[in-house]
Amino acid sequence: MDFYYGLAQTVGVHTLLGLSAYIVLLTGQVTLAQAGFFAIGAYTAGMLTVLAGWHLVPAIGAGALTGAATACAVGFPALRVKGLMLVVATLAFGEGVRLFFFNFDYQVAKGEIKVGPVGGEGFRQIRFFQENGWTTGEVMLFIWAFVILVMAALWWFDRSRYGAVLRAVGEDEVAAQSVGVNLTAVKVSAMTVGGAVAGIGGALYAHYTTHIEHANFNVLLATFAIAYPIVGGLSNVFGTLAAVIFVQAFLIEGLRDLGDWRNLLFGALIVLAMNLRPQGLFGGRRA
Amino acid sequence: MLELRGVSRHFGGVKAVERLDLNVAEGEIFGLIGPNGSGKSTTVNVIAGLFEASGGQILFKGGNLDGLPTHRRLQLGIARTFQNIRLFGQLTVWQNLWVAQNAPEDRARRGFLSRWLGGRGGARAEMAGLLEFSGLAHKRDELAANLAFGEQRRLELARALAAKPKLLLLDEPAAGMNSEEIGQLRDRILKLRAQGMTVLLIEHVMELVMGVTDRIAVLNFGQKIAEGTPREIQNDPGVRKAYLGGA
Repeated sequence: MDFYYGLAQTVGVHTLLGLSAYIVLLTGQVTLAQAGFFAIGAYTAGMLTVLAGWHLVPAIGAGALTGAATACAVGFPALRVKGLMLVVATLAFGEGVRLFFFNFDYQVAKGEIKVGPVGGEGFRQIRFFQENGWTTGEVMLFIWAFVILVMAALWWFDRSRYGAVLRAVGEDEVAAQSVGVNLTAVKVSAMTVGGAVAGIGGALYAHYTTHIEHANFNVLLATFAIAYPIVGGLSNVFGTLAAVIFVQAFLIEGLRDLGDWRNLLFGALIVLAMNLRPQGLFGGRRA
Repeated sequence: MLELRGVSRHFGGVKAVERLDLNVAEGEIFGLIGPNGSGKSTTVNVIAGLFEASGGQILFKGGNLDGLPTHRRLQLGIARTFQNIRLFGQLTVWQNLWVAQNAPEDRARRGFLSRWLGGRGGARAEMAGLLEFSGLAHKRDELAANLAFGEQRRLELARALAAKPKLLLLDEPAAGMNSEEIGQLRDRILKLRAQGMTVLLIEHVMELVMGVTDRIAVLNFGQKIAEGTPREIQNDPGVRKAYLGGA
């Protein structure tokens, strides 16, 4: 049973990661920065529970805030460029964040041991759940409470006028600004909301794995983040969830016997999805 | 209402628009005509703010538009349509209008409090009115991309009107229309004028231009070669030469 709980935790956290890219993708921007915001949320929340002794819930809130603040700050310069240049700019940001944590030492003595992030060795002993005696099932439910909350919020947001504005910008920037949409404001706020969602995901991730290190937040994770909404389609948030389940439960766990060949399948899947169903595997029919 | 003073727009060495003076009065339907490549669309793009002018000044209601981004100009009251239709194809017809409700009073109406005091109902009523005006009420929930060509043209006009503009820039609104549709378009433009709208109409279809405009300016190679009433323009030898060629 624990295996399935663990899988559900991974699916939940990756759904948050995918949704953070979904919001930005609605405005037509392909971003590889989401793993960076995810890492920032993970380290922020982990340090707050472990070093400052916070409860997990406010720590997740802080992870969301730091993710959002960074995304907002990155958004202003990065969103001046489009398309391939934006991909390169956000990729550079994501790698920058990873390398920052690769060099980041901040240890504090806690009883006999020292805790906190130690550069390349990573940040061990993020044991909020264990210290408070949570079972794997409870952790899974806790994570999914956040996933459902975020999905419901984004679902509502998507159907509001604001969602229509995001999609309008994604479709035609010239037309959108000609009907009075402030492109910079829209893109930066989409990026900011995405940063908050990624921060929440990262905060949860840090606590269920208990050990994070820079290598967790590499380009592969950034690629997953953007691949989920691309594979799942932009009709609604459930496409991203379906894509995460498909990739994590079927491609990665279900085909475990194939070993590293799975990565090849993953690449092939994205190429196939883009060619055969550009609206996404689970996306609605588009005109 | 709208005044262009010596406005130029160059693309590298190409002088798409060169020292253009225009003065469009409030409530007027002003035609801008000229052969292909004479700089008409460039003029619209410069007024709407998609291109920055290389020189000269554009005044709207006495204020200088210099350096204002497109969305700010819209909020001041300048809306436009595109020569090649640019709808949000994956949004429904009414969502296209919803996104375009960016007039200052609409923005105020979206404030937290006013939204609960009937602001939302007001926005819906206005959209319903625009759909009625454009003959699209029955297509309300259709994706814009699924509309027929003539319907797309009508929706684009409705979308421009959704921002409650004072000045409407129409960039070849009759392109590709049959003569029945052109007739309907003329009726709509005249209805808008009756409501006090100012229109800058760029058009090749003379049937429409000569029927609705109060005054016309003619461009050739980026420069104004004539200005006057439709009758004066029709009898202008320079205009005939520009259109028909010859020495």
